[in-house]
Amino acid sequence: MANIAETILLEADFGNLMHGFAVALTFHNFLFMLLGITLGVLIGVLPGLGGANGIAILLPLTFTMSPTSAIIMLSCIYWGALFGGAITSILFNIPGEPWSVATTFDGYPMAQKGEAGRALTAAFTSSFVGALFAIIMITFLAPIIARFALRFGPPEYFAIQLLTFCSFVGMGREPPAKTIVAMMLGFALAAVGLDTVTGTLRMTYGFTSLLQGFDFLIAVIGLFGLGEILLTMEEGLAFKGKSGKIDPAIVLKTWAELGRYWATSLRACLVGCWMGVTPGGATPASFMSYGIARRMSKRGNEFGDGVIEGVVAPETAAHAAGTSALLPMLTLGIPGSPTAAVLLGGLLIWGLQPGPLLFVEKPDFVWGLIASMYLGNIVGLAIVLTTVPWWAAILRVPFSIIAPIILVICAIGAYTVHNSMFDVAMMIVFGVIGYVFKKLKYPMAPLVLALVLGDSAETAFRQSMLASNGSLAVFWSNGLVGSICALAIAMLLWPVIGALITAARKGGRDKPATRGAA
Amino acid sequence: MEAQPQHARAKGDVETRWVELVVALLIAVAGLVVIQDSLRVGINWAPEGPRPGYFPFYIGVILALAGLYIAVTTLMKWRAMAGRVFVTRAQLGPVMQMLIPAIIYVAVLPLTGIYVASAIFIGGFMVWQGKYRWWLAAIIAIAICVGLFYMFEVWFLVPLPKGPLESWLGY
Repeated sequence: MANIAETILLEADFGNLMHGFAVALTFHNFLFMLLGITLGVLIGVLPGLGGANGIAILLPLTFTMSPTSAIIMLSCIYWGALFGGAITSILFNIPGEPWSVATTFDGYPMAQKGEAGRALTAAFTSSFVGALFAIIMITFLAPIIARFALRFGPPEYFAIQLLTFCSFVGMGREPPAKTIVAMMLGFALAAVGLDTVTGTLRMTYGFTSLLQGFDFLIAVIGLFGLGEILLTMEEGLAFKGKSGKIDPAIVLKTWAELGRYWATSLRACLVGCWMGVTPGGATPASFMSYGIARRMSKRGNEFGDGVIEGVVAPETAAHAAGTSALLPMLTLGIPGSPTAAVLLGGLLIWGLQPGPLLFVEKPDFVWGLIASMYLGNIVGLAIVLTTVPWWAAILRVPFSIIAPIILVICAIGAYTVHNSMFDVAMMIVFGVIGYVFKKLKYPMAPLVLALVLGDSAETAFRQSMLASNGSLAVFWSNGLVGSICALAIAMLLWPVIGALITAARKGGRDKPATRGAA
Repeated sequence: MEAQPQHARAKGDVETRWVELVVALLIAVAGLVVIQDSLRVGINWAPEGPRPGYFPFYIGVILALAGLYIAVTTLMKWRAMAGRVFVTRAQLGPVMQMLIPAIIYVAVLPLTGIYVASAIFIGGFMVWQGKYRWWLAAIIAIAICVGLFYMFEVWFLVPLPKGPLESWLGY
């Protein structure tokens, strides 16, 4: 019986998806899709503008649009930004986005050898494959997870959020103490202002501007926007780009060749999806996938000199991670990446509460978005393959013109969030924090996610505590919440466990002094 | 991006260990501020449930402890970190050349409105940093701001702060 019920439900989902395609394919929405992709690639190409802050800046422009059109445009900006990052990495050796750093390792050497077209085709196609894999996963898993999550109460929600934050500590490449600091700063900033439960003012110290608290959109624009510009200023960009023309014949030849790397692609897809759903994010996913590909490949020692697999692996994983980060955002209301967090912020502003109920209450919206993911990535692939030379030309515009323009755009973006000049000033403060934190290797993503989720995490915690009369045992009260919490604590302690294992292995052979060098 | 140990430290360079220590201590202070405010609003239980400081208090405690931990580990590695440069004087120059005009730009925004300030900022930066001729910079800067004006005020109907010039023009 249960099987039949499942089948009927899956068929209903298929119908919903088809309906979603109908929603996404209206002329109006298709236009927004094209606009979104184009803006996204532009954002991905320009330094200082990325998926997260680009969407944050453009968010206020969509307030007058219907939520479905708005999310289609915004998510297409995200796909575009994911594509755009590869262009600068390969042609200029400048990663436009953090997740395309690993693409520079082999992409730029390929461009130097005169194989820019081959590298770009490989990068775009792999991005597409990674994204497609993730979208198919979302299509099948999202309704199941959403149905499952309908049973969640406050303790389960808090446990899931705990798991999210603990995985940052366990999986991040930054020092655990710094990850914790970033996270707690986010939670602390989220607590500023009016306490929604009791109506008490917290940490405002008499400043009326602080009554609303800190908006994470301002933090995103400052941390990722101005912070990035300041870093770029320091490096003193000298663009010496390779020509980015792509011959259709090369595209076909590269496609024929890419089939041989199906195993690399598949591994990269799996790594990407895993890292995207657990909030490892696109950047660690791309590095991890590159590392795995190098270890598994027969030509492992040639990696770094311009091997096509070295482009396929990180690009596939980055896109798979970037896309699958939307799965927990849609089904649980917990974003897997800063960009997904910004999209979540948008949903809240449009009055949509992300989470399992969204699938029941707004099927049009959810399935329209999922359908637009398929279409957006197909359209995106076509756009980037045909327009690469133009984007490369934009990058030849000197930084002394681009930098002030990006700053102006960030300022406008910060202002339009709440029509507040105070926010613009805060954007500058966050920019300086972003610059210093980046140089000291404090991660930004946990800060942003904590700032977004702070209120809901606190509410879930307080409701759980209320239900249990203040006993923490509520987080072990049933199998589900208990295992999530246990997993979270394992993630939190992972750095310690890992260090102990390494220490035990090294024990006799090595002196501990060598560890300091790594 | 990796901060390589650079032993040839020039005069005026900022050392990483100092920045690391100062930032860690500031974080610890921020933690203390959170703790202090949580104590003010109450961290225990009221008849209707946990008081507003109940959750932030622990956030503050963890923040302060993590900040102190980073400060202490920095001090323990103090010798080893000698000579590692956070930012060289040559790098700090361009950063400040961006940051200081940006602060001035934000400070004058309420007076001039966003469009005039932006045009002056973009044009000025081009002449100052890019060594463009003033008329070329002026054309580009004004064109961009007129474009922004149409995009926000006319197409997307998002009003941005305007100053005397725009009100003189009738907006």
